Amino acid sequence: MSSTVYVAGLGVISAIGNNVAENLQSFELEAAGIGDISLLDTIHCKKRPVAEVKLDNNELAVITGLPADTSRTALLSLVAASEAVNDAAIPNLESLRTGFVSANTVGGMDRSEHFFIDFVKDKKRGKLRNIFDHECGCITEIVADQLGIRDFMTTISTACSSSANAIFYAARLIKNDMLDVVIAGGTDSLTKFTLNGFNTLMILDDEFCKPFDENREGLNLGEGAGYLVLVSEKVAKTLLNKPYCKLSGYNNSNDAYHQTASSPDGTGSYLAMKGALEKSGLNPSDIDYINLHGTGTANNDSAEGIAIKRLFEPDYPPMSSTKSFTGHTLGACGGIEAVFSALAIKNGIIYPNLRFETRMNEVPFEPERKFLKGQNIRHVMSNSFGFGGNCTSLIFSEI
Amino acid sequence: MKIYIRSSACISAQNTFEIEGFLTDVVTYHGTRLKTIEPDYKAFIDPKLLRRMSHVLKMGVAAAMQCLKQGNTEMPGAIITGTAHGCIDDTVDFLTQIIEQNEELLSPTSFIQSTHNTVGSQIALMLKCHQYNTTFVHKGASFENALLDAVLLLKENEADNVLVGGIDEMNDASFAILNRLGLYKRWPVSNLDLYATKTRGSMGGEGTAFFLLTDQASANNLAELRGVKTIYKPINPEDMEKRVISFLAENSSNIEDIDLVITGRSGDTWHDEVYEQINQSLFKHTGLANYKHLSGEYPTSTAFALWLASNIIKNKVVPETVVERRGKETSPKTILIYNHYQKKYHSLILVSAI
Repeated sequence: MSSTVYVAGLGVISAIGNNVAENLQSFELEAAGIGDISLLDTIHCKKRPVAEVKLDNNELAVITGLPADTSRTALLSLVAASEAVNDAAIPNLESLRTGFVSANTVGGMDRSEHFFIDFVKDKKRGKLRNIFDHECGCITEIVADQLGIRDFMTTISTACSSSANAIFYAARLIKNDMLDVVIAGGTDSLTKFTLNGFNTLMILDDEFCKPFDENREGLNLGEGAGYLVLVSEKVAKTLLNKPYCKLSGYNNSNDAYHQTASSPDGTGSYLAMKGALEKSGLNPSDIDYINLHGTGTANNDSAEGIAIKRLFEPDYPPMSSTKSFTGHTLGACGGIEAVFSALAIKNGIIYPNLRFETRMNEVPFEPERKFLKGQNIRHVMSNSFGFGGNCTSLIFSEI
Repeated sequence: MKIYIRSSACISAQNTFEIEGFLTDVVTYHGTRLKTIEPDYKAFIDPKLLRRMSHVLKMGVAAAMQCLKQGNTEMPGAIITGTAHGCIDDTVDFLTQIIEQNEELLSPTSFIQSTHNTVGSQIALMLKCHQYNTTFVHKGASFENALLDAVLLLKENEADNVLVGGIDEMNDASFAILNRLGLYKRWPVSNLDLYATKTRGSMGGEGTAFFLLTDQASANNLAELRGVKTIYKPINPEDMEKRVISFLAENSSNIEDIDLVITGRSGDTWHDEVYEQINQSLFKHTGLANYKHLSGEYPTSTAFALWLASNIIKNKVVPETVVERRGKETSPKTILIYNHYQKKYHSLILVSAI
């Protein structure tokens, strides 16, 4: 059993940039990617701000080489996954057992929505090309085929914790000596389905979101994709570049409280963070930065905050929600934020939590407001919590 | 480490749930779509909850609860589900609302219940189970992926009594779409004549089967789960034969050990080519069984096949309705399940008597 799993490559596309360098630059400039809806034909335009990737499907098709009528979710996925593979630059990759573990929440829903306009009128109508890649697994398959991965692929869907679960499942495949290399993370594009879904739940903010602020009013939906290239110890030794970090801890726990709401005391979040610490053999005081789930909803931030208070009291590490830049990217957020966590360790940085003004009543701490450089970041905790009580925490550690 | 199937529960188009006989009373259908026989859900689910639950949710929760009951286990160590299509009914309902009501005055219920982890998380919620909980959604490999995760958790000593299930529902919309994509027969057939009708297409299906896996030996265990593997797009039947041989070798077995092969023949001549060939070569001397005339074709139908294999071993009998070719062994001790979904996702599951 390979005891350590290393992060050898990173790839990300989000509302604040089409690659790792652009995302980092936006953080340093403290420039959020949130704005008016431009890519969807919806009644919520101008009312609900979202965090869109700043490329349309035609532009993404040119970059990826896929047809422009491919699901945007697959297009985004391939951009980020390809960047991660190139970044890792693994020697003799074709001779290694390679897998792709990707997450998403609604598959090719952006295309299915077009199909259904005609289909609801008459079941004989609707262009089949638009429904063909509806299933979540189709998105993974399209990208795996482009990357030439055949040894293993799978798709995980546990709502907003999906890609955090994909990452640690991938690590376990390496630890069990089933694979040498796994590209792991997740992707989701904005759809009318999810926009309307969250709208009916009345948890979308009409303004730019304010995670962990007493006066927060909800989340902004985002889109994007984020992937890590995870490798075994054996492969890590062959790398030309030093790996970014290692995945030292992980845990998946269930809140078992409500289908969409978090328990008031954050049971699931607490168990996930505690379990990840136990797995890594670290103490709460070892954590140098927490990348919060921090969606900006009253319920999540309160539950997550209380869980952090229970676990970390009395000394709280710096923390922030990068969703204040990228919006909530649902099935992609665990992957995107894992990329940010690895970069925090490699570059010694802490990301700002934009628009924070007022501390939440229930906790004695505040998120970091400024972009900080030159920090000594040894261990980062990344939280991803979702519908169905699915709570996952990952811990990344310096090598 | 040996991994055992402690218990199982299956809801299908046959009498497979809470029934004494083992496929002795086969239900015949005429058409192109098999629907599940609905149990009395009130025995498993609070009526207040039941009203709001979709078909897939009711099926999944009831099968999971029955599986735990059969395995005398109140709290599983993990809950893992596999589903290709997820909560189709709620997804279609919410999509239809968006279009017909022009995004206004939508009900959140169908959105809430449309996420793919709804079944797994509802089971956790009802049991107050805080343990590992995940959902695999990878097309025709969803159940096998879930099963592999369960095996790994046991091997890692992370959990015992892992509850794992495969589940897919079919509604009128998904049937209509998959029918237009050519998955089902153009003309109605009897499910008992599925393999005799030499045409393209199968019969659509749906269902669920849950399993409780443990590494604790017990005389009450149904069977030993020796291995599971998925293979993406094998080059040709010869390549697939090699993969079968190496899978068996990886699990300390060989083709001579196999008493019965349950294949995923679907009645679709294009789909079944690989079985026709391999049944005459590698599987020439083994007994053969079919199951899709009972379950219908759907991406997680291998959960039905594993329920079938476990019960063949436990009951020491091969039900007449599944026999394609009698093997030498009337009570098979080692069974290989070989299925593929739409020729892309091939899978192998090996089970043995305890």
